Amino acid sequence: MLMTSFPLLSLLVFLPAASAAALLLFPAGRVRAIRVFALMTAALALALSAAAYFSYDLQAGGYQWEEAIPWIPRWGIGYHVGVNGISLPLVLLTGIVMFTGVLVSWGIDDRPREFFAFLFLLATGVFGVFVSLDLFQLFFFYEIAVFPMYLLIALWGWPKTREYAAMKLTLYLFLGSMVALVGALALVFSSGQVSFDLPALEAAAFPVELQRIVFPFVFLGFAVLGGLFPFHNWSPDGHVAAPTAVSMFHAGVLMKLGAFAALRVGILLMPEGARFHMPWILILALVNVLYGALIAMVQTDFKYVIGFSSVSHMGLVMLGFASLNAEGLLGASLQMFSHGVMTALFFAVVGMVYDRTHTREISALGGLARRMPLAALAFIVGALVSMGMPGLSGFVAEFPVLLGVWQSSPAAAAAAALGIIITAAYILLVVRRVFFGPISAEHERAVSRITFKDSFALLFLMIFLVGMGVYPAWIAPLVESGVRPILKILGN
Amino acid sequence: MTIMTLLPEILLLLLALVILGLDLIPPEKRRASLGWLTAAGLGGILAAHLLGGAASASGPATVHADALAFFFRALFLLGAMITVLISIDSEGVGRHGEYYALLLFSTIGLCLMAAAADLIMLALAIEMAAMPLYILAGFLNRNSRSTEAGVKYFLFGATASAVMWYGFSLLYGFTGQTDLSAAAVALAEADPAVILAAAVPILAGLGFKVAMVPFHFWAPDVYEGAPTPVAAFLSTAVKAAGFAVLLRILLAVFPPASASYWGLLISLLSAVTMTLGNLLAMVQKNIKRLLAYSSIAHAGYALIGLVTLLPEGLAATAFYLLTYLFANLAAFAVVTLVANAAGGDDVSALAGLSRRSPAAALAMLVALLSLAGMPPLAGFAGKVFLFASAVEARLIWLAAFGAANSVLALYYYLTVIKSVYLHRGEHEQAAFPFPGAAALALAACTAGILVLGIAASPWFEAALRAVRPLFPG
Repeated sequence: MLMTSFPLLSLLVFLPAASAAALLLFPAGRVRAIRVFALMTAALALALSAAAYFSYDLQAGGYQWEEAIPWIPRWGIGYHVGVNGISLPLVLLTGIVMFTGVLVSWGIDDRPREFFAFLFLLATGVFGVFVSLDLFQLFFFYEIAVFPMYLLIALWGWPKTREYAAMKLTLYLFLGSMVALVGALALVFSSGQVSFDLPALEAAAFPVELQRIVFPFVFLGFAVLGGLFPFHNWSPDGHVAAPTAVSMFHAGVLMKLGAFAALRVGILLMPEGARFHMPWILILALVNVLYGALIAMVQTDFKYVIGFSSVSHMGLVMLGFASLNAEGLLGASLQMFSHGVMTALFFAVVGMVYDRTHTREISALGGLARRMPLAALAFIVGALVSMGMPGLSGFVAEFPVLLGVWQSSPAAAAAAALGIIITAAYILLVVRRVFFGPISAEHERAVSRITFKDSFALLFLMIFLVGMGVYPAWIAPLVESGVRPILKILGN
Repeated sequence: MTIMTLLPEILLLLLALVILGLDLIPPEKRRASLGWLTAAGLGGILAAHLLGGAASASGPATVHADALAFFFRALFLLGAMITVLISIDSEGVGRHGEYYALLLFSTIGLCLMAAAADLIMLALAIEMAAMPLYILAGFLNRNSRSTEAGVKYFLFGATASAVMWYGFSLLYGFTGQTDLSAAAVALAEADPAVILAAAVPILAGLGFKVAMVPFHFWAPDVYEGAPTPVAAFLSTAVKAAGFAVLLRILLAVFPPASASYWGLLISLLSAVTMTLGNLLAMVQKNIKRLLAYSSIAHAGYALIGLVTLLPEGLAATAFYLLTYLFANLAAFAVVTLVANAAGGDDVSALAGLSRRSPAAALAMLVALLSLAGMPPLAGFAGKVFLFASAVEARLIWLAAFGAANSVLALYYYLTVIKSVYLHRGEHEQAAFPFPGAAALALAACTAGILVLGIAASPWFEAALRAVRPLFPG
């Protein structure tokens, strides 16, 4: 295989941060140079994440591209990175969203230098969490991913709600991570040997009683970022207030960060705790799916519909986790990727519509397919994905989730399927109202076609949704290889 | 005991005398160079101190240049140096030779506080540090707020000292010793009532120095009125000196076996201090008052490590004080710059800073996020170490309290950041004077924040070496 000593993952993690630092050295007036440099960075990050993804050796399995050096030996803390079948799709997803996010942010003209710098700092945090094999390091990057969000929303967001939404989001997520941190510390220090190394902690087999006490804190602390009911409240407000690229990052990648960490730290370190608490987490996740979809149905704001659809779809991820079986975990992981791309696509289109019509009121929109056909097509593809249409990625992801949930609770599976029907109802309604029907005279005149860069971003995202639906073999076996060790830890 | 034991103090005294002498020579306009000279001198003393290294404690002495003293002296010298750099272009203080001399005299006292191994020496050191500070707090003698700050600080300080001395005298009365280690031996078998009777007044006096609830009332008024660089010095180096003495007295004099009496007391005070500090900081409109309440809260966090009574915990406290020193000095440096440029100490005076001076804004962002405990900055490592040591000592509730408080604190730091980055100011187009000394101070602080945050290990090990002498055997 490739040289294993090559620090591919470190390069990937620190490239955006280094680029952020370099961006700050640009003179503020050189807007074009700043944008080009940002795009080059994003393209390079995408290439690196793709390189990591496609070089994974399925035969060998396990963690690959591993690097480990002691960081703070006194506390048993190391810098330890590696990727497996669960984290690789998310790494690729981050590369995709980062690249397309820069493309659709071309029009930002208020302090673009700072915008891209903070966005890239966020990207470093996200990549860092996905490749972390050390608990301290995971928290370290987790919070690097959280606080740039505040600035990105508060500075470049929708003026009406940005201050409120940014503060709410940041405090919610920080509180969640603090709860998880204290829980995780309690776990780490329960064994005599203090180590923050995740594989070592997985092997530690903590006492069942302790797992049952600590699990809810760690799982829920991270699940806040995953949008789990009733801690989802920050998320639609945050999505809506954020600028387009940040919404894409936020719903597309950041919420996966929460789900991923809940799985990585919660379920993998405390399988007994997970088994004990999963029945009620299953119910919460079910509420996510149904409640999110129902609320999305009654929204009058285009962006809020997508915001609540994210809450609903993340419920499916949580449902898959809660099933604790092979199908459920496979589906949940596939759903993280599929939903990430899909929701990035949605928010990209919403942003393009808003930039041209200056309204997000669904009732004021209509007939836009005539003025921006590609955006309409992209949105329809996303809609079909979110309904779980066979031939698209949503089906590949949602079907195993339902299969998995069926095994642990047929009633829950039936209810979740109902959620998918509601999804179909609200998303098709939105498609009809926004893109078809009569167009207002003002929009007919004023709405310009979408730019080449926007079109490219949309097409790029669609490739993955269709590709995963038509030919799941490029991702499903990889994820399965990542699920297998989890099942071994869970003991079934 | 050789002359090396007192090297930093002796050099500081010489430097102070040189500054006082030179103060007579140049015309007032040129006297800013005195600040540069002081800063350079402090840098030289710091280098000499670091090269000299720590001595191992041997036998009874009034001053121990042990590892604990080594660590904290370095911290004070660093804090004094950065404070001087901030002062140089600060209105009303930067061109007065006696200002720098007083700061140096106070630093001598701080250094002796960290090294004192004898009750009388300790009491003298504390007063040596405090007297110049009373003057410094009221240094702007045309400004009624500053004079008020000076008087207030003096009255509170004198009362706190009196109470502390009473504790010292009780300790002497119970043990018949002024030497700290001898007193510890005598106290080993003592009644808990005796221990509490001596420990509580001492704790009160030191609680004043570190601005711990309920001895914190002076802090907001004094920080607000005092010249900003003096407030910076009070909130960092002086607070750290209080902790240095707390570490030594609590661990060396009051045997850990008696910790069940005062341990719970201090952990409760820690929880109350951080909560009250953070809650009151939330409603402040004046940035110096906000930082004052935040500094009260940080004293609460730092106490967490103390009550663990573990080497890791005490090291976490020492490490935390170092991270806090850089972050708070940077924040006060930006406040000084803004006060000079915009003429105000209100949070709203920071509005538009990111457009007016992106560099100062970024430095403020880094400082505040470090105070809030965000990675990759120093405050994150500091907080995690504190919480981890609390969990290790089975004080999970205290770690949870600290974690919850971090969220409260993030709220008000974000409101300041919002002013800096989001709100529009009136004078965005006006020039922003960014003198070289302040730039140097901010660069040093930012570098310190990043290095401590990313490469925490060597510094934590240094802190651990510093507290080792407190755990004999």
